[in-house]
Amino acid sequence: MSRAAADGPALAARLRDHDLGAAPAVLNLLENRSPSAREQAGALLAAVSPGALGGEAPGQVIGVTGPPGVGKSSLLSRLVAAWREQDRSVAVLAVDPTSRRSGGALLGDRARIDVDPSDPGVFVRSTAAGDRLGGLAPATRAAAAALSAAFDVVVIETVGVGQSETEVADVADTVAVVVQPASGDVLQFLKAGIMEVPDVLVVTKSDLGRIATRAVADLRAALRSLGTPDTAVVAVSSTSPPSGIDELVEALDAHRASLDLASTRLRARRMHALADFAAEHGERGLRAIGGRREAERWLRETDPGLDVPALVEALERRAEAAAG
Amino acid sequence: MSDTPTPRLPERDRPWLIRTYAGHSDARRSNELYRRNLEKGQTGLSIAFDLPTQTGYDPDHELARGEVGKVGVSIAHKGGMLTLLDGIPLDQMNTSMTINATAAWLLALYIVVADEHGVPEEKLQGTTQNDILKEYLSRGTYAFPPRPSMRLIADTIAYTVKHVPKWNPINVCSYHLQEAGATPVQEIAYSISNAIAVLDAVRERLTLAGEATDELMASVFGRISFFVNAGVRFIEEHAKLRAMARLWDELGRERYGVEDEMLRRFRYGVQVNSLGLTEAQPENNVYRIALEALAVTLGRDVRARAIQLPAWNEALGLPRPWDQQWSLRLQQILAYETDLLEYPDLFEGSKVMEGLVADLMDGARDEMHRVAELGGAVEAVDYMKAALVESLRERWRRIEAGEQVVVGMNRFTSTEPSPLTADADGGILVVDPQVEADQRAAVERWRAERDQTAVDEALAELARVARDERENIMPATIAAARAGATTGEWAQTLREVFGEYRAPTGVGEAAAIPSEDVAELREEVERVSEALGRRLKFLVGKPGLDGHSNGAEQIAVRARDAGMDVVYEGIRLTPSQIATSAAQEGVHVVGLSILSGSHRELIPAVLEALRAAGAGDVPVVVGGIIPEADAEAMREAGVAAVYTPKDWDLNRMMRDIVALVGAKHGIDTAAAPA
Repeated sequence: MSRAAADGPALAARLRDHDLGAAPAVLNLLENRSPSAREQAGALLAAVSPGALGGEAPGQVIGVTGPPGVGKSSLLSRLVAAWREQDRSVAVLAVDPTSRRSGGALLGDRARIDVDPSDPGVFVRSTAAGDRLGGLAPATRAAAAALSAAFDVVVIETVGVGQSETEVADVADTVAVVVQPASGDVLQFLKAGIMEVPDVLVVTKSDLGRIATRAVADLRAALRSLGTPDTAVVAVSSTSPPSGIDELVEALDAHRASLDLASTRLRARRMHALADFAAEHGERGLRAIGGRREAERWLRETDPGLDVPALVEALERRAEAAAG
Repeated sequence: MSDTPTPRLPERDRPWLIRTYAGHSDARRSNELYRRNLEKGQTGLSIAFDLPTQTGYDPDHELARGEVGKVGVSIAHKGGMLTLLDGIPLDQMNTSMTINATAAWLLALYIVVADEHGVPEEKLQGTTQNDILKEYLSRGTYAFPPRPSMRLIADTIAYTVKHVPKWNPINVCSYHLQEAGATPVQEIAYSISNAIAVLDAVRERLTLAGEATDELMASVFGRISFFVNAGVRFIEEHAKLRAMARLWDELGRERYGVEDEMLRRFRYGVQVNSLGLTEAQPENNVYRIALEALAVTLGRDVRARAIQLPAWNEALGLPRPWDQQWSLRLQQILAYETDLLEYPDLFEGSKVMEGLVADLMDGARDEMHRVAELGGAVEAVDYMKAALVESLRERWRRIEAGEQVVVGMNRFTSTEPSPLTADADGGILVVDPQVEADQRAAVERWRAERDQTAVDEALAELARVARDERENIMPATIAAARAGATTGEWAQTLREVFGEYRAPTGVGEAAAIPSEDVAELREEVERVSEALGRRLKFLVGKPGLDGHSNGAEQIAVRARDAGMDVVYEGIRLTPSQIATSAAQEGVHVVGLSILSGSHRELIPAVLEALRAAGAGDVPVVVGGIIPEADAEAMREAGVAAVYTPKDWDLNRMMRDIVALVGAKHGIDTAAAPA
């Protein structure tokens, strides 16, 4: 007999107590697709919702995204160390770009983020992306919502080039897009308006000197012409000796401080509910509620106090009403 | 009487350097072994260092645990080197050192000890392996990132060409590429591309120092030698060497403008293939080794300069001195009993050989072109690694499918019990566990008794030089060796300046196996995953310093092909890193791979760390070169299954693992757990 699904409310209580050791079990539950686990996962999410917590979960949810090979993992190693020096606990949800060719996946990201295994203040979990490059794994949204109740920082690392950051932007308070010097993709995508302007732009490999400085200048110019000159552009080097890491931490904090957190999180919960609904009911379900755009519009009018499980239920009721 | 001239040489050729790759435990025991080997007629030394020495850690470092004195001798400072070489005439000896990341350091220790014996450095003869790219690709004993590593190599070359002119500062290794699965074409192309990267780096360093001249570059070219492999397909393997010699000559002439033909000669040492040696019916390995030795000796034009042969029982564990003697005698029979050395080149004018050589050269040129397009061998490490993982995957598939015959393993498997493995120790060497404790104590004593101020100053100077791109690292390294610094201190000083590095695992890019080969297995994984509620998740871990990751990589790729989520973090993990990953990632099963003989210490340490991390109930399986007596002890300690080279059927291993997870979670599976 398989072990019974974990107790969702009990895990939520541990998260509320900032018991970081609960994280593996929380993820095991949130990734579990069995009906009993889904039920417990719903209970867990309800118990860490703003209603239950008496406010938004305090953790800072940061999306770190960029093309493969740009140095995201080395950067994260440095960022995690910097946060730990400030005594902030960190959870990293690494969404691996490896496709599920055979159903299976090789989760290589963990290998590249260098953390101290004996440090209980750091948690790293890797999952395979869904079908789309840059997309999230099925449990990422729920994991971010749950872990931000316990961890000071929750990082969602995804791989994307230009157009595919939208999913992570749905979840994160702050999205940092990482680019390397002399790769013009992001610059072109920004200029062409294909890509949403991120909250923070990070240029890696600043040890390359002139071409890195040039890349920063080009991005700043593009941001000015797009009318968002205040967007932070930070140059970093993750190789020894590192540089720019503290500035990046400050830029991320500054963005978060400037944010209307309640409305950002409210939108995140609504998009989370829609994603869960779509995963469960598919295209047919989406059609029943008038399509994705119509659903997003309708969700904007729902009670802001609803937590994710309640929003999913509301969507399901709406679909049933349309069918019936 | 015929008019054709006698096909014999006027004088019998001198044999190649006859060596045995040897060293274990501590300097004293290894020195005794070297003296005995020289008495037996060995004509050169080949020093095997243990993994802490190779990766730049002292015996008392956390990562050295279980590895001290295992796959070679532990040398932590000049005192160790002094004992190791005691009574050996360094002005006459030709010494090969299998040392890479820390090559500059071990060469410095050798120079200092020779100097203290009154032998000046210009008289020293030998080789430092000193090839870092193949460490990234296959062997895993790297320490620093690519750029500073290439600088260390270039600096040792620039130094020795001027000061130790008879030394071979680098052995560009194709050997380990074949062990990682390289086809002959890949072996040729990647090793020559690697040599190009080295030569270009030296040229850049010499230019920076204002010393680059055509003459000096020609001498540099002339000092580059190779370390090759020879597999059991010995005709093609011989052709491979002829192809390499021609490409090398061409490269010297065309890319580096080397006029002197002598300096363009393809010089190489060899260790024949270990990948093809079997655990099943291990006595058959003797024939394989003999045939492989022919590949590198038959044709006079490309005959090896130095040979060391593996022992028949390498797939079982560490060979004993007697096992090594048996291999030494093979060389001596070939060199002194047979008529091999009495003739000119046997293949001159052979159409078959010429055709093979031409095919290999064509293939290699294409592949070298691809590497060049990626920006050269340093930039192409990821590409080459993925290509090697792919080749090895294909080799394994052919063996599993019976398309490639391995006698005694996948064909002709019925056998009488082997009297060779029947004796008490199972036919292998067991390193006394006391060695590690003794070496820890010894290095602490060494640090306490030396002139600390002198060491501190020498290391500060080393750090300064390391930060200054224009300076050569060797003089400061030699000064630190003389002052009494340790291997770990030298490496740590450079780690602080250069940073550390994790090589690519190459597994992400590996192509999937044809579905029909894993269809049933996949079905089973899906069924168990559904019952678990989430996809079966498997952590493949390599604890300790052992960098031989080829097997672990193949397991990871096959598990993915079978539909599992696989966490593989590469080599050199501490037990606590593995345990933390297992717990945080929520894996259902852990697989550990160890080939260096440190399983007795490391496996219990991982089990303990898993318990401490709250993942004590996750089943653990172990694979590697593990003697049966040890396997028994591990199963008693809680390891669910132990796999050795005789378990070459990966699908069967995967079925066992799925069954193990099923049993753990009360899910019925087709196969009963082992």
